Amino acid sequence: MTGSSVIDVRGLTKRFGDKTVVDHFDIAVPRGAIYGFLGPNGSGKTTTIRMICGLLTPDEGEGTCLGFDVRRDAARIKERVGYMTQKFSYYEDLSIRENLDFVARMYRLDRRRQRVDAALDELGLADRQKQLAGSLSGGWKQRLALAACLLHEPDLLLLDEPTAGVDPKARRDFWDEIRRLSARGVTVLVSTHYMDEAIQCDFITYIAYGRKLIDGPSSEIPAMVGLVTYRVSGPDISALEAELQKEDGVEQVARFGAVLHVSGTDRAKLESVVSRYRARGTHEWTEKKSELEEAFIYLMAGARDNFARDAA
Amino acid sequence: MRFSFARLFAVLAKEFIQMRRDRITFGMMIGLPIFQLLLFGYIINSDARHLPTLVELNDTGPLVRSIVSGMQISEYFDIQGAVAGVDSGEKALRDGTASFVVVFPQDFERDIVRGLKPTLLVTADASDPSAVGGAVGALSGIVSRAMAETLSGPLARLAPAPPPFDVAVHKLYNPEGRTSTNIVPGLLAIILSMTLVMMTAVAIVKESERGTMEMLIATPVRPLEVMLGKIVPYVFVGYVQTAVFLLAGLTLFEVPFEGSWWAFFVGFNLFIVVNLALGFLISAAARSQMQAMQLSMFTILPSVLLSGFLFPFAAMPGWAQIIGSAVPATHFLRVVRTVMLKGGDIGDVAGEMWAMVAILIVISVVAMLRYRQTLD
Ligand SMILES: Nc1ncnc2c1ncn2[C@@H]1O[C@H](COP(=O)(O)OP(=O)(O)O)[C@@H](O)[C@H]1O
Ligand SMILES: [Mg+2]
Repeated sequence: MTGSSVIDVRGLTKRFGDKTVVDHFDIAVPRGAIYGFLGPNGSGKTTTIRMICGLLTPDEGEGTCLGFDVRRDAARIKERVGYMTQKFSYYEDLSIRENLDFVARMYRLDRRRQRVDAALDELGLADRQKQLAGSLSGGWKQRLALAACLLHEPDLLLLDEPTAGVDPKARRDFWDEIRRLSARGVTVLVSTHYMDEAIQCDFITYIAYGRKLIDGPSSEIPAMVGLVTYRVSGPDISALEAELQKEDGVEQVARFGAVLHVSGTDRAKLESVVSRYRARGTHEWTEKKSELEEAFIYLMAGARDNFARDAA
Repeated sequence: MRFSFARLFAVLAKEFIQMRRDRITFGMMIGLPIFQLLLFGYIINSDARHLPTLVELNDTGPLVRSIVSGMQISEYFDIQGAVAGVDSGEKALRDGTASFVVVFPQDFERDIVRGLKPTLLVTADASDPSAVGGAVGALSGIVSRAMAETLSGPLARLAPAPPPFDVAVHKLYNPEGRTSTNIVPGLLAIILSMTLVMMTAVAIVKESERGTMEMLIATPVRPLEVMLGKIVPYVFVGYVQTAVFLLAGLTLFEVPFEGSWWAFFVGFNLFIVVNLALGFLISAAARSQMQAMQLSMFTILPSVLLSGFLFPFAAMPGWAQIIGSAVPATHFLRVVRTVMLKGGDIGDVAGEMWAMVAILIVISVVAMLRYRQTLD
């Protein structure tokens, strides 16, 4: 365990049959950090998370999680980790209270009653505790799942696409909660598809086809991606957007209300395009610092669903 | 990180809650034994009565008339009319218009009086096995009673046993001539294998299909605690089904229980465990609840067809007997029949018990191998 890394794994590899789903993946997550885990569908995020918390044995690689060896001490890791699965994985035919109580018993928690009561109060579900979990809406299920995996006060939270299919208000509340936990010293590794969530992370790692493409503090990600971005405003912005998309050197056109962010990785090519359009005098072009938004859109656009490779 | 009874108990409690909430499965567990017993019990009680009967009267004396009316009154027989000659009687049996043809030989009454022990020939359609036993049993009584009424005075001495005549029963179509009394105890084997294998398999597969298994194994719970916690409730289900079956079978349908309770107890516990192991094996092979059901059906068919439940085991071809011997229900069926009907004790069924133990060991070993492979 190096320094204060809660997760520190190197060369993690997993194969299913002859398909390498996770390919020599390294990650070091500092204590108390919110670490964003990004990547398209099928890129190996879930598989990586499962290896980190000891649900899957890696074919190659080694490392520690909470100071325990991921290969040998899976049992110890499980006691200190809260893992929220991608799909709701509590019992739909048990009531909210029964689910929480069951989880508390799996961890053999003391003061079980008080803990479950406290969790229900905090959830705001105390008066619906007898309701079956299956009858809850997506947002409530997600909150129940979070409450359940926090019952044993874990040091590390692994959240696998926790807000997929949840409305924006519930997502915001969820992230408030994540930040509160992080402030208390809980380390969080969260996989996501949403840009507005990626922005909230202290660190970001990006994975495609099981390989890590980028990894670092969020503030440094735009520089790592190396995008040059221009801000464009003026009349008839939609027509311009369509036109720009065909230009060589323009790799990405993102629209934010009435303005366009036009980006590319090759400064020379992009600038020659810009000077041509500037000469028309119809729109105002100003270079801007590339933000995480542009970098994120660029990354996500670069690799579509990684399942595509399976078909090929 | 040792085995924890607290966690095992938590899994058990959860399983019972889920079982209780699943009304249909819960209903099936209690309802199926009753339903099947009623079905077969109904056959015993009704089909053995009012059987269409033809008589061939080669003697029309008062004794024969008295016997025929006694048969009519007894409710077992429903006299449809008279036939003449062997051929027309057999034809009626073949096309189902009659279940019995009773032939009174010429000079029946006179031969009785002379002490010649004439033979009353009863030809029965035994393809309906329950028809023969009860009705034929009743026939001797009817004839004796008719004689007591008809032959008074000096001839009355002929009435007491041994009866001064023979009843020759000629069974067609089902030479083993089994009765439903034989089938009902066998039902227990079928009920237990039908419900237990399927329920265990589905209960375990459901956990992985719904994704709850991932949450479970992410907690410190041990695999053994999960497996025991999920299987033990179905031992309980097996007990409930056996109790329901015995209660209904012994009280409503008066199935005899002649033998040793101890042998029965050991036998059905063993059989329950074998079925649970089989269900566990299926759950390790199946990827969905649907597959688990289909695989369960696949194991249930031999239990019904090759165990000797529907067809006499000895009459099956050799290869079918070999397959049948590998089916746990075959051995349990013999245990139940031997104990309930023939008054057997544990020594009489030891061989069948050992056979079940052997099957259990094989299934468990295969299941363990499969389970280890599918963990990852
Ligand atoms: N148990 C498994 N057996 C075979 N292939 C699997 C298994 N789990 C995942 N995969 C495959 O591995 C790839 C990565 O899956 P996953 O880790 O779930 O990606 P993500 O979470 O990023 O969407 C996918 O192509 C998926 O089909
Ligand atoms: Mg995933």
